[in-house]
Amino acid sequence: MQLENMYQEIILDHYRNPHGRGLREPFEAEVHHVNPTCGDEVTLRVHLEGDTIADVSYEGMGCSISQASVSAMYDLIIGKTVEQALETGEHFRTLMQAKGDLSVAEKLEDELEDAVAFAGVSKYPARIKCALMSWMALKDASARALGAQS
Amino acid sequence: MTVTVSRPEGAQQALPLDVEAIRADFPILSRTVRDGKRLVYLDSGATSQKPRQVLDAERWFYENINAAPHRGAHQLAEEATGAYEAARATIGAFIGAPEREIVFTRNSTEAINLVAYALSNAVTAKESELRTYAVGQGDEIVVTEMEHHANLLPWQQLCERTGATLRWLGLTDDGRLDLADLTTVVNERTKLVAVTQQSNILGTINPLGEIIARAHEVGALVLVDGAQSVPHSPIDVAELGADFLVFSGHKMLGPTGVGVLWGRYDVLDKLPPFLTGGSMIEVVRMEGSTFAAPPQRFEAGVPMTAQVIGLAAAVEYLQALGMDKVEAHEHALTGYALDKLAEIPGVTVIGPPDTVARGGAISFTVDGIHPHDVGQVLDDLGIAVRVGHHCAWPVVRRYGVPATTRATFYVHSGYDDIDALADGIRAAQKFFGPV
Repeated sequence: MQLENMYQEIILDHYRNPHGRGLREPFEAEVHHVNPTCGDEVTLRVHLEGDTIADVSYEGMGCSISQASVSAMYDLIIGKTVEQALETGEHFRTLMQAKGDLSVAEKLEDELEDAVAFAGVSKYPARIKCALMSWMALKDASARALGAQS
Repeated sequence: MTVTVSRPEGAQQALPLDVEAIRADFPILSRTVRDGKRLVYLDSGATSQKPRQVLDAERWFYENINAAPHRGAHQLAEEATGAYEAARATIGAFIGAPEREIVFTRNSTEAINLVAYALSNAVTAKESELRTYAVGQGDEIVVTEMEHHANLLPWQQLCERTGATLRWLGLTDDGRLDLADLTTVVNERTKLVAVTQQSNILGTINPLGEIIARAHEVGALVLVDGAQSVPHSPIDVAELGADFLVFSGHKMLGPTGVGVLWGRYDVLDKLPPFLTGGSMIEVVRMEGSTFAAPPQRFEAGVPMTAQVIGLAAAVEYLQALGMDKVEAHEHALTGYALDKLAEIPGVTVIGPPDTVARGGAISFTVDGIHPHDVGQVLDDLGIAVRVGHHCAWPVVRRYGVPATTRATFYVHSGYDDIDALADGIRAAQKFFGPV
């Protein structure tokens, strides 16, 4: 069974007990992203202090991959600058493009922490967009939040 | 007199079709997926697999008579034209229609768009007869909440282009059309009613007779989306009584890239074209042109000849099986599947719970497991299903679920496929455990 490669225990833990879930105040930007092919949705708020991400709060519905991804992302980016967070997002995108190549995951282990567990998802093209949705929402929301500041 | 035949627990009624013999006709069913597993294909509602007879027909065309039909003076062009028009006759006969009422399109989606654009093109048509069905401000178009996006967006867009108003019939809690307000929603302002014969997500078979009668009472046209019904049950357009019927070749064992618009000739004859170009013309001058009669008026450009011939082969394949038997076969499978799913705690069918006026599209949810994750576990076991909103987003919204998992059947489906599905759902429950 190949399933365990994709559904790592870490992913299922994040899915069952999501970190940072719920919409909170204050926030400078809120975005709503959907995955039009399957109906997954996430509403995500960003609160900045200077250029540092002080909080990301979210609500969403979707599959275990999309929901676990946003939870793992939350852990990774709080306290980072927007620039650092987006760089981490690029590492995550690289992981998603690895087509299951585990050497890519090994190299990114330090940057991605728990999120490196999503390596198995990269073997399933239809699921990559599930994992990436929250990162797309973050990129969008943080750009808007920065825009709101200036 | 009613005779009750008792059967031992778990016994299955013999299926009307010889599943093993049919499977042997489908090359793809002999491949394996996900590390050597038998392919359990339960996604025919998205697209059907193709029997060798259809593939052979396409290959025969290209290897023997490939040419552009209705053009050229050479023997190949003559033979290609003959085969193309013979296919039109075969496909027409399959739904009880004369050849001249069969228009080839890319698929159902394009066929619906053809009608929707014809109705707005009619507004500015030069010939007054071609303005007969023009849609404008004050007019209404009626759809249902059950429609596939393909039978919703073209009408939304038509209304946006013309200033007409879109109205719709809602759904009942048990997955059927709510016809309580039929006479108010379909009224003297209604120009066209677009309705599916069978829901692609709920499986519901709609009472078209009542809707068509009301529409015609107020002088509205009726377009029936047959994408999910024509492949699965006998249909006769004369009996149906609608003005248009659309269906897709690829969902009925035929190739991709070919669909059909059937229209009553007197209606087609009063519609302006959708796409314009080669071979849909009568006379062309720099100052302006006139159009050919239907069906050529709606077939601009070199058509998808090989696919049309492939679709005729698919029709012949289905006719050899017998559409009555195809329908009975799927009816038996649907009943069996509904029973099997009902045995699994936590599984909820979205749509009619029994086989009354219901076809073989079974959508369901599994408590605590998102449909994508159900689909992923099934895929790991070699079972192909559809997950998501099935291009019917308003339907899943209506029933308060984010998405569903959907199994659909066809002529090669057997009890073993449904047993595999039920086992797969249990495997998903085991894998994800209680949330």
